[in-house]
Amino acid sequence: MNTKWEILVVDDEEIMRDSMAAWLREDGYLVDTVSCGREAIGRAREKDYALYFIDLKMPGGIDGIETMLEVHKLHPEASVIIITAYATVDTAIAAMKEGAQEYVVKPCHPQEISLLVSRIIKVKNLQRENTILRQKLARQYHVHDILSKNSRMHQILDLIREVSGLKSTVLIQGESGTGKELVARAIHFSGDRAGKPFIGVSCAALAETLLESELFGHEKGSFTGATSQKKGKFEMANGGTIFLDEIGDISPKLQMDLLRVLQERRLYRVGGSDELEVDVRVIAATNRDLPKAVQAGTFRDDLYYRLNVITITIPPLRDRRDDIPLLAQHFVQRLSHELGRPVTGISEEGLRILLERDWPGNVRELENAIERALVTCRGTTLTAEDFQFLVPHEAAATSGWQPPTDLTLDEVERSVITAMLGRTRGNVKEAASLLGIDRSTLYDRIKKYGIPR
Amino acid sequence: MNRLLVVSFGPVSPDLLDAIADPVWRSYDLEVHRRAERPIPADAWDAKRQQHGSEVLLRTLLVGARDPGDRLLGVTAVDLCIPMLSFVFGQAQLKGAAAVVSTARLDPSFYGLSSRPDLVRRRFIAEVIHEVGHTVGLVHCAERSCPMSLATAVEAIDQKGEELCDGCTALVHDFKAAGSLTAETLRRSSRSQ
Repeated sequence: MNTKWEILVVDDEEIMRDSMAAWLREDGYLVDTVSCGREAIGRAREKDYALYFIDLKMPGGIDGIETMLEVHKLHPEASVIIITAYATVDTAIAAMKEGAQEYVVKPCHPQEISLLVSRIIKVKNLQRENTILRQKLARQYHVHDILSKNSRMHQILDLIREVSGLKSTVLIQGESGTGKELVARAIHFSGDRAGKPFIGVSCAALAETLLESELFGHEKGSFTGATSQKKGKFEMANGGTIFLDEIGDISPKLQMDLLRVLQERRLYRVGGSDELEVDVRVIAATNRDLPKAVQAGTFRDDLYYRLNVITITIPPLRDRRDDIPLLAQHFVQRLSHELGRPVTGISEEGLRILLERDWPGNVRELENAIERALVTCRGTTLTAEDFQFLVPHEAAATSGWQPPTDLTLDEVERSVITAMLGRTRGNVKEAASLLGIDRSTLYDRIKKYGIPR
Repeated sequence: MNRLLVVSFGPVSPDLLDAIADPVWRSYDLEVHRRAERPIPADAWDAKRQQHGSEVLLRTLLVGARDPGDRLLGVTAVDLCIPMLSFVFGQAQLKGAAAVVSTARLDPSFYGLSSRPDLVRRRFIAEVIHEVGHTVGLVHCAERSCPMSLATAVEAIDQKGEELCDGCTALVHDFKAAGSLTAETLRRSSRSQ
């Protein structure tokens, strides 16, 4: 971030403004000077100065305070330091009350000015960085970044736009890798809460007690290891959105706690007695069949009805194969840029392999496959050869390999996961990527089957 | 050969003036030439503040003929200030031709301590390199040990060395390569500000 900050010095005494400007320029700032309030307002219309030094007493009808008020109308974020020759408590209070960030009496110690300016500029730098990051994030997750030409997906995009402005709870259902979090972010960043936090929590990744503390926070000493007070994700998301991924995996106790928060919009930190009010939009997601879980008695029906205000069901990739070429081309463009590969497209044969595959890991699996192909590709187009790692699977099925018939589905799943963890030497992230499922799902399976790592 | 013409306003220790020749040459390739001492301009005195205005000294320096490419350094033992600040160790025209440095606050005796000529000498060299650096086009540097870092107290000057940091040295080379150390470019750049 090398952009130079611009400063405007407003003083009717030429020698005063010129010496001030010269001193600030030596510090690397771009400095303009004007001799009266009217000129300052004119300059402020043309340019967005980060900082204004304004003399309190100036002839010409507009004094320093009035100049500052006009500048703030044009640029509410601008910082103003009022300069005066006479220190009186009244003028200082008046200047600060009207919005001056600081107040200096001339002549002042160089250290005072230096510290003041560097402190204000430091905050400006952080504010700018924050704005850039927020814009980046919003761009990344905007509705139009969900690529699809499938009619069912277009209905979903319309629904996202409709619900983004509401506060209602949304339940997103879909298989692993279909982009549930992307949809949740699109809802958040398209709505009124876009400027506020979006906090994601994977409910399957943590044990019950840890998840409770993660969601609601805890007070110091509330349990062993709680060495200080900690804010929970609900508090952190205040004003914004909390995304509860894998909601179908939470324990009965947490289901009850969550229901209370959804109903009352109030919570207690673990070990705390003060009730905290939160304004949070809840978006939950799951790849489980929640109505079935309700029927089986493993998921509370009242919580299900609370969550199921608006439901978005994302179809698996195999049910919208028309999106495969579009998504594949998009991943080639994005990932080739990120990986620094000169690849621009996919050959017809390569695309055929992608179209014929069922993609159990959905869009995420497709993305991983493109990334892997890009890493090994030697040309400028991904060919069938680059996707050979996808073929043995398919070829094996037609060339004599028979699935075991003496194992249950769970046993097959357990052995595949165990083998994959062995291959990745216990690296869950890598194993999840190779299996085409997300990390939280893999953690869930590891827990379910008691697989040692 | 570009030169730095050194003028003392009022008496200044010749040892100090001699001490800057090598460091200035090493940092900026400028050959130091001493000029005759001048009286401190009467209009520089600010009776209310009991100090001298450094801008009057800068203006006085620029009066009179000089060769293209020459820079001017005024040195004085009196305490300097600018209207906005209660004091300055020195002042320079950024990308300009003139700079001034005061030795007054560099001497521990100013703060009621025993005078230490060796310390004054070190501080003076750092300040001269700093102000001449501004005339070359350098702005303040974040590296505390670099003479181009901002110092608002002598303790900060004491952290500086005589040599420019690598970053500032590279910039000086770039300026030279781009010809900004020639008199013609200097005049153009000061007018464009």
